[in-house]
Amino acid sequence: MNIRNLFSYSFVILILGLVQILFLKNLALFGHAFGFLYLLGLLILPSTLRTIPLMLLAFVLGFILDVFFETIGMHTAAATLFAFLKPIWLKTASPTGGFDEAEEPSLTQIGLGRYVSYAFPLLFIYSLAFFIADQWGTGGFLGVLSKSFFSAVFTLILTILVQVLFFRRKRGIS
Amino acid sequence: MLRILQFLYRVRAFLLFAFLEFLAIWMIVANNSPQGAAFFNSSNELVGSALKKQADVVQFFSLADANTALVEENARLKQELLQLQVKPDSIPLAIDSTLEATFELKGARVVANSLRFSQNYLTLYKGAKDGVKPGMGVFNSQGIVGRVKSVSENYSVAFSVLNTSLLISAKIKSSEVFGSVQWDGVKASEVQLLYVPRHVKASKGDTVITSGFNAVFPEGLLIGQISKVEVNKKDPNYLSITITLSTDFSKLNYVYLVENTQFQEIDSLYRQSDLPNEY
Repeated sequence: MNIRNLFSYSFVILILGLVQILFLKNLALFGHAFGFLYLLGLLILPSTLRTIPLMLLAFVLGFILDVFFETIGMHTAAATLFAFLKPIWLKTASPTGGFDEAEEPSLTQIGLGRYVSYAFPLLFIYSLAFFIADQWGTGGFLGVLSKSFFSAVFTLILTILVQVLFFRRKRGIS
Repeated sequence: MLRILQFLYRVRAFLLFAFLEFLAIWMIVANNSPQGAAFFNSSNELVGSALKKQADVVQFFSLADANTALVEENARLKQELLQLQVKPDSIPLAIDSTLEATFELKGARVVANSLRFSQNYLTLYKGAKDGVKPGMGVFNSQGIVGRVKSVSENYSVAFSVLNTSLLISAKIKSSEVFGSVQWDGVKASEVQLLYVPRHVKASKGDTVITSGFNAVFPEGLLIGQISKVEVNKKDPNYLSITITLSTDFSKLNYVYLVENTQFQEIDSLYRQSDLPNEY
């Protein structure tokens, strides 16, 4: 990753974080599906980035979000888990000669089918961790499960839309 | 020894992961214990001012609604004041403890609010500088809203009624039967009335108000109307009552903070006699 990429990734993460805080805070489709769009910033980070810096980044991002959302610790815990699992999942789920050739696992680089199979499980696990932390001791597991599923679907759709609209095909990042 | 170190070095990512998760879970627990001080939250100056900027923009569009609500309330209060005004020829009443003003009100603006989680909080633009203290009740002209949790210089964070850890002492207006109101975390417009015994006749449409027993809210603030009465499935000795909240939590702009000036006295009395004080 060169210095220019570093800037463009930081810029994307900053913008996504702002959108998350300012617009997606109280948005929940049918009170069920939450959009965790800021995860896109973590999803598209190149596979060459090691687990430890990725995890630290996720921790800090989650924490900033938590402070704004008054959900101290919940986004942090879920995002850390997300960052821990991302490199492992990238490694195990890549089909022969798959993801690793593309440095950046974004929609424009790896195509829709692969992107969905890469992003959806991660988003689902993130949502599951978040809602388990949120509803600890209250509410049934079924509610948590359905909330997680629909949030993961909604987030996936949001990330695809953003990438289709704003990411240029050549360099991956506008 | 070297091999242990090598092993630890190989699993360093996992160790860091475990440490960060532990930290996060500790934060969740520390934040959710009602007594525990919150270290980081939106009453922080930086976050508070960012949220206020956002609220400045968003609330601009609902100024007309807020104005109408204030005018209506003003009119109602004026009317009550006219009825209360003492005529010059009436006898003077000696003020005793029953007539002493025990509640003080303050107005505050809501700069952040959430209703989608199971622990929801409000951030208010009024803090220690204006005399806000943890434990004060929060309500608006529609009904109760919550209770102050922590305070900074200019901002304060309050539990919303839509927070599963907040209990509010309430009663059914017509029958004076009391119980506790708690949110079950499902719908942002409904709460549960707990601990009402089975023999009580409660019917759909009955009004539920604050009981005034808890020394946080004055008696008679509106909570909502009963929308469903069933026998509790888990404990058939009690009814399970669902209340539709009168407060619209999706449109909170301005709220009142209420402080019981005798709270200290009542609280210490409760402690003396080992009674739990529910809020």
